[in-house]
Formats: sequence, C-alpha cells, structure tokens
Amino acid sequence: MKTFAQLGFPGRLIAVEGLDGSGKSTQIYLLKRWLELRGLKVYFSEWNSSELVKSATSKGKKRELLTPTTFSLIHATDFADRYERHLLPLLRAGYLVLCDRYIFTAFARDVVRGCPPEWVRGIYNFAALPDVTFFFRADLEVSLQRILDGRPKLKFFEAGMDLRLSTDPYESFRIFQGRLLEQYLAMSAEFNFALIDANQPVEAQQVVVRQQVARRIDLAKFRSTRPQPVSPPRSIFGKIEAEEEPVE
Amino acid sequence: MKRTAHNQIVVPRRSERRFYGHGIPGADLEELAGKLIVVEGADGSGRSTQIAKLVEWLEGGGHATVQVGLKRSTLVSAELAQAQQGNILSRTTLSLFYATDFADQLENVILPALRAGFIVLADRYIYTLMTRDLVRGMDEAWLKNLYGTALKPDAVFYLNVAPEELVQRNLSKNAALDYWESGMDLGLSRDMFDSFLKYQTAMQAAFRRLQAMYGFTIVDGNQSAEAINEVLRQKISAVLAGRPSRAALAKPVRRRPGR
Repeated sequence: MKTFAQLGFPGRLIAVEGLDGSGKSTQIYLLKRWLELRGLKVYFSEWNSSELVKSATSKGKKRELLTPTTFSLIHATDFADRYERHLLPLLRAGYLVLCDRYIFTAFARDVVRGCPPEWVRGIYNFAALPDVTFFFRADLEVSLQRILDGRPKLKFFEAGMDLRLSTDPYESFRIFQGRLLEQYLAMSAEFNFALIDANQPVEAQQVVVRQQVARRIDLAKFRSTRPQPVSPPRSIFGKIEAEEEPVE
Repeated sequence: MKRTAHNQIVVPRRSERRFYGHGIPGADLEELAGKLIVVEGADGSGRSTQIAKLVEWLEGGGHATVQVGLKRSTLVSAELAQAQQGNILSRTTLSLFYATDFADQLENVILPALRAGFIVLADRYIYTLMTRDLVRGMDEAWLKNLYGTALKPDAVFYLNVAPEELVQRNLSKNAALDYWESGMDLGLSRDMFDSFLKYQTAMQAAFRRLQAMYGFTIVDGNQSAEAINEVLRQKISAVLAGRPSRAALAKPVRRRPGR
C-alpha cells in the first residue's frame, strides 16, 4: 500500500485516529481552522457520514440488525462512497484532505468484533494510505473518564454491546475500548502513526500537530484563491454516530 | 408432474460444507442440515419460472423451501434500490453495498434456514455480483476476498441464453430494456439495444471465467422450460441423495494474494 504522495497525487491526506474520548476530533478541527485561516485548500471528512449509506446504517443500528460482517461491510460502503466521490477527486485537484478516522478504525473495530484481519484489510485495499496519520494516545483510563464523566447514554454498538462482553454498558465499553487500543498499538509501527500524547493540554497537542504537518507537507503549494467547498457539518464535541439509540 | 407418495420422500443426506474464504465469524458449518441450490442467469433467462417449478416439485416431495435473491435484505434493500434509481454510486461503493445485502441475507435467512433443514433456493448468488463487477473492471482477487463470506452451494445452475434471444424475451415481457441489465452505466453504446447485446455478451464471457473457477453447471436456457426443469430436478435429486454434483467435485478455488 502506498500513500497519496507516493502515488503522485498533488493533494495530501491527513488522518486522525484514536479511541473515543482521546480528543482527536478537537485536534483535527483546530488543524482545519489553522489551515483554512492560512488560505489553503482544505476539505474535511468524517467516518460514517455518507448521506447515502446513512439511512441503512441508522436502521441497522437502531434495530440492532448488524452482525460483525454486515457492520464491517456497511462501514466499508460508507467509506467507499466518500472515498470515490469526494476524497479521490479532491486529492486529484490538490486539496489537503483531513479525515476524522480512516481505514485503521475499521482494522481495529472489525477485528475486535471477530472479523478476520486479512479479510478486512483486503476489502479496504482500494484505498491509499494517508500521508500523515496522527494517533492520539491517551491512557485508557483518561479516555474512559472523558467519555464516562458525563455519564452519557452509551450506544449499543459504540459500547461494543454486540460482543456480549458484559451486560453493563459501561463495563462493556471499558473492555471494548481496551481491546481497540491493543489493536491500534499493534499497527502503529506498520502504518507509521505519528503518536501524540493525548494526556497533554489541548494547546500543547495542537503545537505538535501543526509542527509535524508543516514539516511533512509543503503547505505553500496548497494556496487557494477560490471559495472552499463546504465540508459536511460536524460537532466538535461528542459522538457523530448520533443515529444510534442509547442503550436503556 | 408426478405425485410423490409419502413413503417416497427422500431425507437429504448431509453434505460436506465449506465457505469460499473466511466465511462468517462464529458460524458452525456442522449445523447446516439443509441444501443450498442456486439458479443464475440474466434477466429473461427463465430463472423465476424454474425456481417456481422447483418449489412445487420440492414441496410435493416433502421438502420445506425458502427463497432468497439479490436486493432482498432487511438491512439495505431499500437504500440500494434508491441508490440505483439515481445511478449516483461509484463502482466500489455499489459493489460493497451489494455485498452488505448479500451478507445480511446469508446470516439472517440462508444460514438459519439451512440450520432448520430447509432447501434454500437462491435466485442469483455471488456469481452474478462478481460477474457484474468483473465486467466493470473490478479486481478479481479483491472480489474473491470480499465474497469469501459466502457458503459454497450444493448446486449452482447457470441458465445460458444467447443475448439475441434475451433481447427478444425482455422486450416481449416489458416492451423495454432495463438500464442496468443493458449495462448503460458502462458507456458501451448510447443505443440501448446495442449496449444490451454488448453488455450481455461480456457478462457471458465473465460467467464462463467464473464457471472455470467455481465449477457450476451450465444449462442450455434455449430449451423448453420443462426440459430445463428436468435437468435441474435430476441434478438436485442427486444432491438430495448425497451424490456429489459436478460443482462439489470441482477443485477448490485457489486464493490469490491481494494487491
């Protein structure tokens, strides 16, 4: 697998990965604002956000119809739709594309759910690798605290309840997140993740993120003179997969 | 059709089961007592007529049946139909959407029915999906990995009808050719009639490639419906009696390394 730079694309893709509650969405939002304010061509895309696939995913989650296999395939469908319709053309056109979660999210989640790793990786092998992947590593307890402090209503699949790890959503969530972290760390070297210490203050992390981006990408090449395409709306805080019903 | 006396009812013999690839996590193949019979072919090749006849025959013979087909899943069938209307999905997306539809039916209909000892009749299976994608230039190794979820059927019949005859049958039935069955998204020709012929010719060639790999039975679909059904019934009787069909004897599909 090659990066977009290695494939000769004029654009560059930056991805953030990490556990729920690691603060990665805040960081990529601040990175986006910085790049936009510098007048660069930027587009932002979020995991599980394709309009077209949304109603099916939403139905599957609400009615708990999804199995590990269909969970994996429907997210791959969502990814493919965004990849082929937005990411590829924008990267061909020389954009900086920012992705909140990329294929590594599937590699971690689907494998924890019991899908064979080679099968999952095979499905996503149409996608090129990001030019920079930040992995926000917080202590598991810190991530859990951030999410659980608010005592949110955890959602069925988000809490990994389909894995029957525990009948208590909070306990299930803890075990599930722990397993995801193991998967992420196991692929960190293979995919050259840039590790960010997510226990640091927001500003301190952002300094490192901006430094690395500036060092690894020649940002001057991405100046824009036109209005920017509208990235799909997002919320900085909380979960995006809001179509799921909370576990009662 | 010959009536079957109650003492002539055949209790199907267990057959050896396997998935084409990794299969479905956690599925126990030992539990699958029923049989999976697949009928493949283009629109107008007579699939639904044949399946209707087979259901009658099987039920007459004391077998419980279930029918599945493409785009029939609870999970994504509505969204898939909607997406097709607008032709807005790119090929990898459409391919994965169909794979989701297939996996949903496999896990929620096919496998439970086989566990319960039903004869499952599939109006098309992964082969049509793979063939469509191959014709659209998708990578074969990628498709094999994707459909490694699929259970290997007990029999697969491909109803082979010449494209020229398919045109006639489709027009006499609907007075029009279907956009997708004409492969209009491929831009082979602006003329739908020409496009249909070119597309179906390409589909047949791709099916022959798959036949060499998966070893299904090609049936001459130009014969009368009765004559075709006779062929299918013979083969299915052999399957029920536990005699291996040609498909079962064929060499297992070799996995190719990914790109």
